[in-house]
Amino acid sequence: MANAIEVRGLVKRYGDVVAVAGVDLTIAEGEVFALLGPNGAGKTTTVEILEGYRQRDAGSVSVLGFDPAEASRAYKERIGIVLQETAIEPELTVDEALDIYGSLYPRRRPTDEIVEIVGLGEKRRARVKTLSGGQKRRLELALGIVGDPDLVFLDEPTTGFDPSARRQAWTIIDNLRSLGKTILLTTHYMDEAQNLADRVAVIAGGRIIAEGTPETLGGRRDATIVRFRLADVAPDRLPLTPSRADGGVVEIESVDPTRDLHTLTDWALANGIELEDLEVRRPSLEDVYLRLTGEATS
Amino acid sequence: MRRPSTFRLVRIQTGYQWKLFWRNPVAAFFTILFPVMMFLIFTVIFGNERIDELGVTVAQFYAPALGMFAAVSATYTNLGISTAYQRDFGVLKRIRGTPLPPWIYMAGKILSAIAVAFIGVAIMLGLGVALYGLRLDPTTLPALVVSFVVGSAAFSALGLLVAAVAPSGNAASAITNATLLPLAFFSGVFIPPQAETPRWIEFIGDVFPLKHFNEAFFAPFDPRRNDLAFEWGHLAYLALWGLVGGYLAIRWFRWELPQGTGSSRRRSTRR
Repeated sequence: MANAIEVRGLVKRYGDVVAVAGVDLTIAEGEVFALLGPNGAGKTTTVEILEGYRQRDAGSVSVLGFDPAEASRAYKERIGIVLQETAIEPELTVDEALDIYGSLYPRRRPTDEIVEIVGLGEKRRARVKTLSGGQKRRLELALGIVGDPDLVFLDEPTTGFDPSARRQAWTIIDNLRSLGKTILLTTHYMDEAQNLADRVAVIAGGRIIAEGTPETLGGRRDATIVRFRLADVAPDRLPLTPSRADGGVVEIESVDPTRDLHTLTDWALANGIELEDLEVRRPSLEDVYLRLTGEATS
Repeated sequence: MRRPSTFRLVRIQTGYQWKLFWRNPVAAFFTILFPVMMFLIFTVIFGNERIDELGVTVAQFYAPALGMFAAVSATYTNLGISTAYQRDFGVLKRIRGTPLPPWIYMAGKILSAIAVAFIGVAIMLGLGVALYGLRLDPTTLPALVVSFVVGSAAFSALGLLVAAVAPSGNAASAITNATLLPLAFFSGVFIPPQAETPRWIEFIGDVFPLKHFNEAFFAPFDPRRNDLAFEWGHLAYLALWGLVGGYLAIRWFRWELPQGTGSSRRRSTRR
């Protein structure tokens, strides 16, 4: 499969601040790729360079075979952009906005179809200013895909949504995937990445610090967490070294959970200690993310 | 798969800006109704007397002067303010992410503004004819049209220059009003030229473009003239302001707020 996005050694500085310090990314056609990272990690700068909003200082970038730095019309005709800090004229109706923005593209999806995809069929004649936050965001999604793009950039598509609006947005994004679009999304929400993305990358300090599928990121598949509460017992008496022990909560990361659990429960029974709230689970994507970004910043 | 033609894009963008203008009651009021109110107030206060310095009636002076003022509001003030606000809200950034060539977006804004200016002028002159028997020699009509086009185009360019240098929509609003209103007094728009006008006021009027638009626009209504009433000197000076202003607007124009100022403010207003 061909690659939609290829980035090598991308660098961007603002004055003395290095916002992006050598990012490599490869995203295949038809892939849904999530870029995760704390605020100020270089996420938005990276994406805005790919969109053609910013010029890079070093590195090579190829998106759909174009160099976005040239910001050519032919390039813009094949991408769709849904950003945080853009807006739609509040006095337009939903239909008008779709018609006006749709008219800019050579390949244009019919308004009827688009309002169906984003679930704004009831709101076609409503002015943008009367829409709720979630509806506005869905209209922005609609404007991002009205030109039938091959690649869609989604910058935190569900920030500020209530849970049901987020589910709806996920369904829309899933529909885009089934249309064969390549999607690059940024998000703070791990469940969003887990639900939507084929692959994820974590960016911190301007670098990609981990990359993989949501299931395998940061060795997630190979680790198990054993977690329990320990009352009145110092953690250093444990037969195993905890990865975390505070406020009476102990977590032990294990690559061999059967054996480790046996050791632990043996010890507890022999000493008459109760392991309260004992649970054994895989680290969530969020656990992995927090560990990775914590390591990167400390 | 065919690209939309330039003509079609310009037409759609112009129609879109036109629609947006009329859906903004504040802008429509200040552009169209405010000059009409001024016209009615002046003609009521002063009566439709003869102004000795000019040899015309009050209405014969004010209808073209305030018609021109409406045209300047429609172009300079509106383009300056609306474009800066569109940048504040991220509309311009969105446009920048589409295949629309930036010049077509601007052409749509300018053409729509000039069409609004035309409506403002037509209402004012129509009112002058209907209420006060405003007179226009038909042979001077070409001069009127040329003055209108040159003046509206020049003030469109200057409006976009304000949008280019203003840090925000609020600032653009302050800049346009703080420049246009005093200038209207200094340029013989709100107060007809007097024999005893101080020299420094004359000088300010001469430097800035408003007076030149006013005089070129008034000439076709001046009954003492018996030529075609083209004021080439004034028109050339006006065009020069427009060209320099347009050049600087293109050089300095930004489609986004500086980073770090826009998103945080927008996020706080959105929720």
